[in-house]
Amino acid sequence: MNASAYIHISLIDLLIALLFVGVTAIVSYWQGLGLERDIAVGTVRTFVQLLTVGFVLQRLFDASRWYWVVAALAIMTTVAGYNAMKRQSGAKQGLFAVMTAAIATAGVITLILVIGVVLRVRPWYQPQYVIPIAGMVIGNSMTGAALVVNRFHSELTLRRSEVEASLALGATAREAAAGALRESLRAAMMPTINSMMTVGLVQLPGMMTGQIISGASPPDAVRYQVVVMLMVAAATAVAAMTAVFGALGVFFTPAQQLSPRLELGRRFDAYTARAKH
Amino acid sequence: MPANAMNEGRSVSVNDPKCTAAVELIHVSKTKPVVLGDSVTQLQVIEDVSFSVPKGEILALVGPSGSGKSTLLRMINRLEDPTSGRINLFETNISSLDVRELRRRVGMVFQTPALIAGTVADNVSYGPRLRREDCDPGEYLDLVQLERDLLHRPATALSVGQQQRMCIARALANRPEALLLDEPTSALDQTAANTVLDLICRLNRELGLTVIMVTHLMEHARAVGTQVVLLVRGAKIEEGPADAFFRGPATEIGRRFLQGELSNER
Ligand SMILES: Nc1ncnc2c1ncn2[C@@H]1O[C@H](COP(=O)(O)OP(=O)(O)OP(=O)(O)O)[C@@H](O)[C@H]1O
Ligand SMILES: [Mg+2]
Repeated sequence: MNASAYIHISLIDLLIALLFVGVTAIVSYWQGLGLERDIAVGTVRTFVQLLTVGFVLQRLFDASRWYWVVAALAIMTTVAGYNAMKRQSGAKQGLFAVMTAAIATAGVITLILVIGVVLRVRPWYQPQYVIPIAGMVIGNSMTGAALVVNRFHSELTLRRSEVEASLALGATAREAAAGALRESLRAAMMPTINSMMTVGLVQLPGMMTGQIISGASPPDAVRYQVVVMLMVAAATAVAAMTAVFGALGVFFTPAQQLSPRLELGRRFDAYTARAKH
Repeated sequence: MPANAMNEGRSVSVNDPKCTAAVELIHVSKTKPVVLGDSVTQLQVIEDVSFSVPKGEILALVGPSGSGKSTLLRMINRLEDPTSGRINLFETNISSLDVRELRRRVGMVFQTPALIAGTVADNVSYGPRLRREDCDPGEYLDLVQLERDLLHRPATALSVGQQQRMCIARALANRPEALLLDEPTSALDQTAANTVLDLICRLNRELGLTVIMVTHLMEHARAVGTQVVLLVRGAKIEEGPADAFFRGPATEIGRRFLQGELSNER
């Protein structure tokens, strides 16, 4: 890519961009929102996190070794799994493994297809392609997995009597939860499907915007975006599916009973932690 | 009357029907994690309960509200497990049975009608459909004296009394060997309750079905029960033939319970 084709942002420019923070802070102060502290912390974190990532990515790109790329993907997956677990409103125990496994499954399948079959990146570990694409795949898988399990939890709580009636008639957990499974999967997949409906009409997706700014021709950038949209939909579907079936094994006991964690909610974590002592 | 359909499921019955315990609880205790404000405490819900229900009997399980009757029923078809002790079904520990098979053999009817999404027919044939068996839901509606016209109505469009009977029909469609009924008459008026009580007696008489029925109404316990177990605060206080219990309980607590003076408060 031609480096001089787009305007570089200098450190001075970055500091000037702090004016935006001033605007945000003034709104908060003026309206008595009390968000000044959060705005300050958020600004600092944005700077520190993104500058660090920029630095790490540069190193990763320079080294261009498959094992560094794989290590980066593993870290991204683990952090995403942790985050998806953190977003659960009920008990969290056992869900880190479920989330991480789901995101990893979706990541591996989608990346093999995109990197190996659609884009045919050679060598496959070229960080310039793998890392940004994996970022989108993992990020969306995380959202899908978090969404589906949260919804599954509330569906089971809501349909408790129906689920237990089915179990009592000899249904397996999966059969008894069929309605809840369907509803949660729909809920997790709707956002990506909806975004496929409106993409380009309301706002231009971030990746496409970035490519255009850095000099790619719009038709070229659009092709990438199409691949990304389809890939994100697939990743979300695979992650949601894997996560919800993993959660099935967490919300039900091996004897096809509803786990007490549904009744105890968040307190379940403290309770099982104590029971171990 | 689908008696033919209903009998094959019960071919398990053993040589000496007099001594066969259909359901047997042996030193069953259960503590449950219970939410207390922001934390969780262990509550002893069932405390060392043993009794057995001979095949073909109707056991009335009585006791004040909160004494653990529902919990006990739920443990018999393993919606919950005891903390200690064991439960046998025809001499086999239920935890060594395939849980789906156990639940087919032991039908459960909940305290408040638990509906499965769909029509009355969907509900009644739910169990057989799970095992890819044919089922004529109409037969079972006949059995509980619901009109066949109701078959294609959504289950939610039935009255509570009809729903309760539909739930019994749904349990029967599994051709169970024993039936667990949790307050099957509590949501019903006197006439509807009598229909259900008659039905229970009839099922027991004609199909030899073993029944455990939870009730807080003594006239209902007396109407159908052949055996009685009185549970107070999770402990078994009395056990024995129904007529003896209603003639004169063996314990002071039993007497006070029958006079309606006993609550579950500690
Ligand atoms: N999900 C639960 N959370 C908290 N406590 C519970 C729960 N389920 C049962 N309990 C407690 O366990 C005890 C036994 O409850 P259970 O429902 O078995 O009583 P019961 O005899 O069926 O009462 P009732 O006649 O009112 O239906 C009660 O003290 C109840 O408070
Ligand atoms: Mg009860």
